[in-house]
Amino acid sequence: MTTEVSTRASQRAALAATASAPGTEADARRTRRRRRPMLEDTRGIVSEADLRQRKVRWSMRGVHVFLSVTLVLAGLGPILWLAKAAVTPTQDTLRQPFALWPNGIDWANLSTAWNDIHIDQYFFNTIVIAAGAWAFQLLVATTGAYTLSVLGPRYAKVLGSLVLATLFIPSVVLLVPLYLTIVDPPLLGRDFSLLNNYLAVWLPMAANAFNILLVKRFFDNLPREVIEAAKTDGAGPFRLFWSIVLPMSKPILGVVSVFAIIAAWKDFLWPLLVLPDPAVQPLSVRLPAVQSQTELDVFLAALAIATIIPIAMFLIFQRVFLRSAGLGGAVKG
Amino acid sequence: MTTTPARASALQKPAPRRRGPRTWVRGGGLTTLAFALPMILVFTIFSWWPIVRSVVMSVQETNLIDPPTFVGLDNFVAVLNDPLLGTAVLNTLYFAALALVLGFPIPILMAVLMSEVRRGKGIYSALAYLPVVVPPVVAVLLWKVFYDASPDGVFNTMLGWVGIAPQPWLQSPDMAMPSLVIEATWAAAGGSIIIYLAALLSVPAELYDAAEVDGASIWRKAWHVTVPQLRGVIFVMLILQILATAQIFLEPFLFTGGGPNNATVTVLLLIYRYAFQNSLGGNYGMATALSVMLAIFLALLSWAYFRLTHRWSTS
Repeated sequence: MTTEVSTRASQRAALAATASAPGTEADARRTRRRRRPMLEDTRGIVSEADLRQRKVRWSMRGVHVFLSVTLVLAGLGPILWLAKAAVTPTQDTLRQPFALWPNGIDWANLSTAWNDIHIDQYFFNTIVIAAGAWAFQLLVATTGAYTLSVLGPRYAKVLGSLVLATLFIPSVVLLVPLYLTIVDPPLLGRDFSLLNNYLAVWLPMAANAFNILLVKRFFDNLPREVIEAAKTDGAGPFRLFWSIVLPMSKPILGVVSVFAIIAAWKDFLWPLLVLPDPAVQPLSVRLPAVQSQTELDVFLAALAIATIIPIAMFLIFQRVFLRSAGLGGAVKG
Repeated sequence: MTTTPARASALQKPAPRRRGPRTWVRGGGLTTLAFALPMILVFTIFSWWPIVRSVVMSVQETNLIDPPTFVGLDNFVAVLNDPLLGTAVLNTLYFAALALVLGFPIPILMAVLMSEVRRGKGIYSALAYLPVVVPPVVAVLLWKVFYDASPDGVFNTMLGWVGIAPQPWLQSPDMAMPSLVIEATWAAAGGSIIIYLAALLSVPAELYDAAEVDGASIWRKAWHVTVPQLRGVIFVMLILQILATAQIFLEPFLFTGGGPNNATVTVLLLIYRYAFQNSLGGNYGMATALSVMLAIFLALLSWAYFRLTHRWSTS
């Protein structure tokens, strides 16, 4: 949950920073266009003139070496080790953790993990959980933000502040009462329970104030003329939402989607509580549970399989990830 | 004097248009409500109601069979009398302090260095962010293997290269908590690095140019331009990290389960034990009482923090 909380923390930092951002949408566009040059061309403390000194030039080379070594070791190292250990026999991993396959590669680990400890099933469960969480979060965030930002009924202000207020409540306060709500949802009779139902994971994740604020802020900065023009042309609220507002909001929908899928993939404590049946549990819950009855090499193969999708998503959508993570820095606090 | 406030305001403002339910429907009120409904429903059931219920439950005795009964402050008293509470609070403070010493300066330093290099910022950011992408459960389970206490364990082998004796890591009460902090720092640093880096890259170039015109050296530029420009982000990140570490759960739960000898029991682990690992059935009252106390403490802390830093940043 640290990392869970810290994801939330970085989201909050992002929020705190964008709160003071003037004209976020226009800025976002400009930054996007400026992105490439921004990464490589902006100047920092050391100027071109400084670089002409030999001492400084050598120090900068030292910085490069330091960064490459530390980041490859700390960032890539553990993942590469996991990839290696996933196809190494247990005894080799235990006796010579850094030797590269002294007794050959054991590809069977992967298939054993996939078939015999049912990683396939848990993998599928994880995907279902992530997909549902994504769909519900997007539905609630877009319709909610549309109400607050574009439709703007009289109660929008009260509603908006009630949603915002939940950001300041530490999630730990929700744990027990939310669990009891799942065990016995209100108004649905004593025997009805959401335990072992994926809705128990999807719906609480959809009550995410950060998403709503992020999308609302984006909607707030959409050009009003386009919206007014569509209204004059007779577009109703549904058409305006579906054909005008949503297509113009693809960048922010991408950010929310990445947050939603990654959060669902990472979640541990909540699915552990509300999905007690192993048959419906995701990887994050099953991996610690199967550890004691699984041989180390197969277990490491299972860990590697569980990491593949998030890493692949990161490599494909790297810019969305880093932009979402760095949202906070767009403006200094 | 006889004019009532209501009449006074009625005189100033034009009489409000009467809005009956029919005009509301004709004005599109129903459609608007349809758009608001998903948000209202999920927030009511899964956020607002549980928050209220948390406070209510902290003064009740709740089990899943009988209707809840009011017990006043009994739950709070029971929590405060629990001998483990002191240990849990101290452990959590210890974790937070270690995480600050270890985990707070490293991302700032890395981000500053990364912002200075002329080429390779993209690849460095990607490398730094990789650990954040690894699912936290996988990260903890993998590090558990790294922390293997045998001389052939991954970290002990590495220590062997530089001539340091094998360490017991998670198995010793003294080293367990630092081990947890090292993993947590590794897992979270990338996110902070990216935030600091973005803040550094948005420092206006003119500020550095101006400092150079005044003949400032590299160190003076760092101290008089970079640090003040980063101060806001650093303040926000500091309190966010404190709030996050106060709620540390995954690492102690999966690495050590609170052991050895209760050396890694944290406040959140205690809440979890009250509610879900209780041989006598879940003690939801004590769990919510402790959550409410933690939440109030964190709220006061952030309030005091923002008042203090506000004064610093304005003066």
